Amino acid sequence: MLGKLSWAAIPFDQPIPMAASAMMIAVIAGVVLLIVLKGWLPYLWREWITSVDHKRIGVMYCLLALVMLLRGFADAIMMRSQQALAFHSAGYLPPEHYNQVFSAHGTIMIFFVGMTFMVGLMNFAVPLQLGIRDVAFPTLNSVSFWLTATGVLLTNVSLVVGEFARTGWIPYPPLSELAYSPGVGVDYWLWALTISGIGTLLSGINLVVTILKMRAPGMTYLRMPMFCWTALASNLLIVAAFPILTATSAMLLLDRYLGFHFFTNEAGGNVMMFMNLIWAWGHPEVYILILPAFGVFSEVISTFSGKPLFGYRSMVMATMAICILAFMVWLHHFFTMGAGGNVNAVFGIMTMIIAVPTGVKVFNWLFTLFGGRIRYSTPVLWSIGFMVTFVIGGMTGVLMAIPPADFVLHNSLFLVAHFHNVVIGGVLFGAFAGYTYWFPKAFGFRLDERWGTAAFWFWLVGFYVAFMPLYYLGLLGMTRRLQHYDVAAWRPWLLVAAAGAGLIAIGILCQVMQLIVSIRHRRPLRDRTGDPWNGRSLEWATASPPPAFNFALLPDVTGEEPYWSMKQTAIERQQLRPEPAYEAIEAPRNTPTGFVCAFFATATGFALIWYIWWMVALGLLGAFATFVAFAWRDRADYVISSAEVAELDRANRAARRVALVDLPEGFQ
Amino acid sequence: MATGSPRPAVLRERVAGLMAGTLTLPLGGCRAALLDPQGPVGAAEKTILLNALAIMLAIVVPTILATLGFAWWFRASNTRARYRPQWVYSGRVELVTWSIPILVILFLGGLTWVGSHDLDPARPLKSTQPAVTVEVVSLDWKWLFIYPDQGVASVNQLVVPAGAPLRLKLTSASVMNTFFVPQLGSMIYTMNGMSGQLYLQADKPGVYAGQSSHFSGDGFSGMQFDVRAVPATDFKTWIDRTKAAGPALDEQAYGALSKQSTDVAPYTYRAVSPGLYEDIVQQHLPPAPGPVAAQPASQVAPVKKAS
Repeated sequence: MLGKLSWAAIPFDQPIPMAASAMMIAVIAGVVLLIVLKGWLPYLWREWITSVDHKRIGVMYCLLALVMLLRGFADAIMMRSQQALAFHSAGYLPPEHYNQVFSAHGTIMIFFVGMTFMVGLMNFAVPLQLGIRDVAFPTLNSVSFWLTATGVLLTNVSLVVGEFARTGWIPYPPLSELAYSPGVGVDYWLWALTISGIGTLLSGINLVVTILKMRAPGMTYLRMPMFCWTALASNLLIVAAFPILTATSAMLLLDRYLGFHFFTNEAGGNVMMFMNLIWAWGHPEVYILILPAFGVFSEVISTFSGKPLFGYRSMVMATMAICILAFMVWLHHFFTMGAGGNVNAVFGIMTMIIAVPTGVKVFNWLFTLFGGRIRYSTPVLWSIGFMVTFVIGGMTGVLMAIPPADFVLHNSLFLVAHFHNVVIGGVLFGAFAGYTYWFPKAFGFRLDERWGTAAFWFWLVGFYVAFMPLYYLGLLGMTRRLQHYDVAAWRPWLLVAAAGAGLIAIGILCQVMQLIVSIRHRRPLRDRTGDPWNGRSLEWATASPPPAFNFALLPDVTGEEPYWSMKQTAIERQQLRPEPAYEAIEAPRNTPTGFVCAFFATATGFALIWYIWWMVALGLLGAFATFVAFAWRDRADYVISSAEVAELDRANRAARRVALVDLPEGFQ
Repeated sequence: MATGSPRPAVLRERVAGLMAGTLTLPLGGCRAALLDPQGPVGAAEKTILLNALAIMLAIVVPTILATLGFAWWFRASNTRARYRPQWVYSGRVELVTWSIPILVILFLGGLTWVGSHDLDPARPLKSTQPAVTVEVVSLDWKWLFIYPDQGVASVNQLVVPAGAPLRLKLTSASVMNTFFVPQLGSMIYTMNGMSGQLYLQADKPGVYAGQSSHFSGDGFSGMQFDVRAVPATDFKTWIDRTKAAGPALDEQAYGALSKQSTDVAPYTYRAVSPGLYEDIVQQHLPPAPGPVAAQPASQVAPVKKAS
């Protein structure tokens, strides 16, 4: 009846996962109880859960990423403390648990923090920057989000029911084959990632179509803000790369479920095939994460320097060059397989070539700062922290792209330090910069600067204290994923690294405080003008938070930085453009399709993991029924009357008139 | 000139020494494995590592300083800084921003091309001494070293003559692992059904720590082994002693050995059935089994470490 599922699946005898899951369940139950008791449920259902508004979905993505950051970071603390303790001892985490911890840490941080945060920021900001009302397929957008949530849920359920993969965040066969990993851990990984991967792919298609087909009138490609360019590149990569992940997972699933032999030791299976395929997805994935962050930094540095981005066309070229080159370097993840001098050299050199457009980007940010008038708000702190940190990570990356150097650095803590250097210093700092930068746009009030600044310094210093020792440990010959060790020389550096993780923990605490304090002080932090940073692109032209339709009238774009030129014209003429003739706007209706789909997807995924076949059938049937019901809906849109549009837009215009007459500091 | 500047070669040595010194400084005495190589492969890799690092630091350090400098000087409160809101493009600057990374990569690319071929793990080392062949099999979770020419084998300990090239053939009995001795240089994957090649050499007698460098499951952390490089005569003595005692490694013993176990203390086999390595590579012997029951590691090795 319940397949492999029984009470034995719940690790009652292991205090750590039990305590962790008890806490998680308590928090979730508490939040749900609060929502029900306060009577917020109908509001949440109506305005958020069923919402197809790209802004709401973007915010939910970011929220999900922030929550998962806490989970992923809890794993990080456990790993750092285990390695700090496990000198000549077994530490406190036995291997079968420790291995789950680092596998979950990697999976969660890459897929459910990095990806999710970036997709959230793109969802929120891209349509606003393009001057349009929503993405191309709003309901599909909601489906994408909820499928991502399914992946998150399945991954976290594995903490309580069964186990997570013990194979590392990428389950290399043959270790991940049934013969060597008979448990459900790898199945959790595979189904969570397959289902959320479909969500990511759909979201990628959605944003590519949006950017290619739906820009405001006059917004030619070379007038798009840099963030839209990087979003385009990133989503093109998603569309091209995620099917590879899905196919690779599918092959491993066939191996595990139906006795196929794609990657097994026996019967002609080939593990090298898996490595090539997974990294043909995995390396573009790195750029899927970092490119939107590059976009955020471009926006932030230009805005806070009070200058347009230096060398915009060069930046566009560099972005698209990275987009293409990203697919030509995957083999550098396994130089040590022994492919031979020619193959290794070609892939090494291809990898270094990516450093050229990346270097160009860094120099262009540098020259954007040059001659600027830099206002030090938190977003710009993250950006400068990024520039300094990222070049170090880039350098160590190029170092490992040299095959003979990689022959001694591969899989060492040097490698771990390198990718944390680019992922924390690049992706995460970018996410935080974007979060503080667009927060006032999303909620109508700014985030507290003092807690934000404190968070930045703790993160920055914590990062260096935590990861510089890992570089050195790599040179000491320490390999990654060790559960215990006997080398005395490693110990002090692992203790320092653990202290660094502690500093980062304080940084995260500061961010939690920042959010709480900002919500409590939202009145003084309120953004009345819709343009808190003296911005340059179109998202700042509308109110904060923007109305459901974003723009009463689609803006007419006549050059780069459309909102900046609008402001200049208004200041020169001391008046806004004449009020347009308002028209009624059709907007997509909210629908529970995405949520219901994900509900059935979760049931199906869980049932597949535990071999509960009747539930699989029921889940698939339910998902199909949802699709049919959605396809046969009678009304897809609702109408916002011209009077309502006029009322909302007049308020926005009034705020802007005040801002432009009574010029705040920084306006020219 | 009587007191001229040091010659380039000397200077280079000094710079390299200085850099190595800076990197190892915090440790005070104990040197980092990768910066203290004990064989030609490791030494060449260390040189490439430090050269490439030096080339890149020449760009990276000024970039970091410029970032901090520009960010500080152009702060909004600095009235002396010139605000140039219109300065958004300069052909000359663009030329420089593209050429600097291109030149660096051209240089490093050359280094990569030459280095990848010179240090290809499968490339035999030049030496006057004949190479010693060892067949390496990674098992769950220990290392088997077969000496085909001598007809002996050992577990978790690789005894080699110092100064002679080492010809390693590598495979895996079950999942993937990586054979890595940091002080000797290059690592390489071991994979079931495939045979890899790696040439290494220990110049001086000594004990060098080795490990698996690719995660292979629950017993992975216990996959440590020692490389004992000994003088040629001692190596002969060791072979003779090994031949004199201990179990023999036949198909049955291999079957027992291939079961999962971890933290196995080193021991030797006095004899090995000929062609065992080929049988593993050709899968005439089936891949080693995974976990037997739900328990992750059952103890099957003849000897276990005391600790």
